[in-house]
Amino acid sequence: MKKIAIVAYSQSPCVSQAGASNEVELIMPRLREVFEQAGLGNAQDVDFVCSGSCDYLQGAAFAFVSGVDALGAVPPIQESHVEMDAAWALYESILKIRMGHAESALVYGFGKSSPGELPIVLSQQLDPYYLAPLWVDSISLAAMQARLMLDSGVISEADMASVVARSRKNALNNPKAQLASQVTVEELLAEDTFVAPLRRHDCCPISDGASAMIICSEEKAKDWGKPYALITGIDHRIETHNLGMRDLTDSTSTRAAAAGAGAGSGHIDVAELYAPFSHQEIILSRALGLREETQINPSGGVLAGNLMMASGLSRVGEVFNRIITGEATRGLAHATSGPCLQHNLVAVIEGPA
Amino acid sequence: MANNSAVLAAVVGIGQTKYQTKRGDVSIAGLVREAAVNALQDADLTFDDIDAVVIGKAPDMFEGVVMPECYLTDALGCNGKPMFRVHTAGSVGGSTALVAASHVQSGTFKRVLTVTFEKQSESNAMWALSSPQPFSVHLNAGAGGYFAPIIREYMRRSQAPYDAGIKVAVKDRLHGARNPLAHLHLPNITMKEVEESMMLWDPIRFLEACPSSDGACAMVIVSEDVAQQSPKPPAWIRGCAMRSEPTMYAGREEVSPQAGRDCAADVYKQAGVTNPRKDFDCAEVYVPFSWYEPMWLENLGFAPQGEGWKLTMEGATSLDEGGDIPWNCSGGVLCSNPIGASGMIRFAEAARQVRGDAGAHQVDGAKLALGHAYGGGAQFFSMWVVGAEKP
Amino acid sequence: MSEQQDMITDIKTPVYLQYNFTAGKSPARFLSQIKRGILTGQRCPSCSNVYCPPRGSCAACGVATQEEVVLSGKATVESFTIVAIPIPGNPIKPPFVIANLVADGANISFIHLMSDCVNEEVHMGQRVEAVWKPQEEWGYAMDNIKYFKPLDEPDMPLEDIGKRALSGRGE
Repeated sequence: MKKIAIVAYSQSPCVSQAGASNEVELIMPRLREVFEQAGLGNAQDVDFVCSGSCDYLQGAAFAFVSGVDALGAVPPIQESHVEMDAAWALYESILKIRMGHAESALVYGFGKSSPGELPIVLSQQLDPYYLAPLWVDSISLAAMQARLMLDSGVISEADMASVVARSRKNALNNPKAQLASQVTVEELLAEDTFVAPLRRHDCCPISDGASAMIICSEEKAKDWGKPYALITGIDHRIETHNLGMRDLTDSTSTRAAAAGAGAGSGHIDVAELYAPFSHQEIILSRALGLREETQINPSGGVLAGNLMMASGLSRVGEVFNRIITGEATRGLAHATSGPCLQHNLVAVIEGPA
Repeated sequence: MANNSAVLAAVVGIGQTKYQTKRGDVSIAGLVREAAVNALQDADLTFDDIDAVVIGKAPDMFEGVVMPECYLTDALGCNGKPMFRVHTAGSVGGSTALVAASHVQSGTFKRVLTVTFEKQSESNAMWALSSPQPFSVHLNAGAGGYFAPIIREYMRRSQAPYDAGIKVAVKDRLHGARNPLAHLHLPNITMKEVEESMMLWDPIRFLEACPSSDGACAMVIVSEDVAQQSPKPPAWIRGCAMRSEPTMYAGREEVSPQAGRDCAADVYKQAGVTNPRKDFDCAEVYVPFSWYEPMWLENLGFAPQGEGWKLTMEGATSLDEGGDIPWNCSGGVLCSNPIGASGMIRFAEAARQVRGDAGAHQVDGAKLALGHAYGGGAQFFSMWVVGAEKP
Repeated sequence: MSEQQDMITDIKTPVYLQYNFTAGKSPARFLSQIKRGILTGQRCPSCSNVYCPPRGSCAACGVATQEEVVLSGKATVESFTIVAIPIPGNPIKPPFVIANLVADGANISFIHLMSDCVNEEVHMGQRVEAVWKPQEEWGYAMDNIKYFKPLDEPDMPLEDIGKRALSGRGE
């Protein structure tokens, strides 16, 4: 599979409320940064643009159309959009480059979740006849999944708190993180439950913002002369929508996607996993068979800040950042969508040979 | 731009549902599965043969299901496989076909199922299109209210006769009467009836506007080697293009958007088309309001600027009148409009023509056809060229 | 003993979602002014075009609009339609005119109502001016302007619409 280079990445600081800043205004600074990093002027300088967002976050049909206003799309550009996390917009862009219709692409994701009540909005992702009318929010579904894991003894509450403690600590080194602190497992376990068995800290925060990335063919990256990392494999899989028909304590689609992306063919220095809930990080790392030596979520992960519709792309970006600084030579980035890890994407990113 | 290293891909299966105002007999899952099963049967393949599924639809508010690919994976046999969902407003049916094709053309997959749909009877499409937004003036203008002033400007510039739109409205409904799947069957429609129908957004009359339909359209797109094995003739994908421009900017040409012209130029170049009127045998073009036929005839280079209405008036685009460049033999968007699927229906109907599989609305001997879709404020365009022969 | 029951063929599942909407920075500046009865546009620092109402960026250039330009409330009809479908919650009765209007000093059009006019006499190039609601009804929205009505001024040549700067100098 043709290798794809990442040459630039930028992310908003994760804030709980962007306030008087609309989507276009959240996107523009991120685009400015990636264009500068890559030595480009604007969207006219790439061959393809693809974005990811969700109208329901804003509460308006066609909300994504305003994103095009951030691009400078005059003269007209080759542009597309997915109503999914921008990690899938990255996937679409990679296909475009592989088929020879583009040598470079701008990918961005954005979301202002603060206006709505995100967990309740996400309840409407469920089967409209049987499940959505029950209005089961995304936190409650995750809580049931955590309950399954605790009751079957595959994890303990302390395991979950450890994930959070590590996230908070790692996030101290991430200037974009929303939640960062030094906190012990004991301190965390002392807190009241929120949606039992989940405590508030077991759930990712709601964050407004955007992230952007520029990718291109390896030849182009060499032409531009900027530091780059290579996506050597990318794959995604979805599982049945019926929660009762899945083993919610495992993630078979993540395992399959990782295999498809060739994750197992080398060491993994760093893994950025999109785990909106602490117990899900454990599910994912076990499904991926990650070893002791792999650093998981050095950015703090999504528990430190969750740019809805951009968090998946951000995981790829965080691995990219660590490769071009030399902190890591090979990494894995994961994105998820749907209730309880229904749909999963895995990308393998390496330094140039 | 890169050299074209694309794998050759083809459409080997097409499936549609009957379009009507309300498909009360199926759930959303049932609707998409109906189209998917039809497409697989047409391709003589099963769900197990499919490597990946790409779905597309217009805003989720039209049904009230957020990110419906999560819910629909089971109905589309996609468990354990890659699932993808495209959303580019009204052009989504076309863009979805292009993204599905890219899954094959990139060499990533060999057999892809793509489905687009809208079950807009489940929600309220008019509301979703014009819901009051904070701090904005609520005019409930809808699509018609947006396009009518642009049509008025076209009429002024071209000095077209007042009934060019009426002629299209009649022609497309007569075409639709040949298509058992079409929503509107108006075989006895006349110019007089259209002219006397209620003026909704002057100059758009009721019978010059598209209906609101439930429906789904599916295709199976495969690589060259798989297409060779296919029992029915493939429709070879000869060109694919998409272009976008902003909704609004100073000096924007709204009557014949630059994005449409650029997109057409790109897809024609790929397919080796230099004279669209002559090189194509037919075209399926997104015409939701009758006047968009003369406007798109110009935008797509079938007629010189200002003269699109002449082709319409002389019957060049009419199958019934033996025109040399029939447009929308299926009845087009004016007969059936499940918004998320309409673009793909254009692409699929173009493919049906070059497979010789368009039944009573077949253009004899059609070898090369254009599929076209547009959306948003006439700002998103997707197009493809399909042919009976390989390039 | 089970009774014969009718098949359930559909269900009604109302969806209520609440959103606290915050306008973007550029729109918020525009709305604060319109609350005071002042119509403004914002200029793109790159191409100098003035956007009314501003949306956050100059879409052609992909940069934020900056400099505020106060507009007079006079405008020109770029195009229009006569609408037969009523607006929920609005007392205006069909058939009424919705027009694409370019405010004097702006370079793009916005959509608004026209009234106090003879629908059949509305035409492109026609000069109009804003009719505001009573001050006590002003909120943060463009509909502080109830509608636009014809102005007794000569038509603007169609090729000039959206092209003239406020001072009257051409580009």
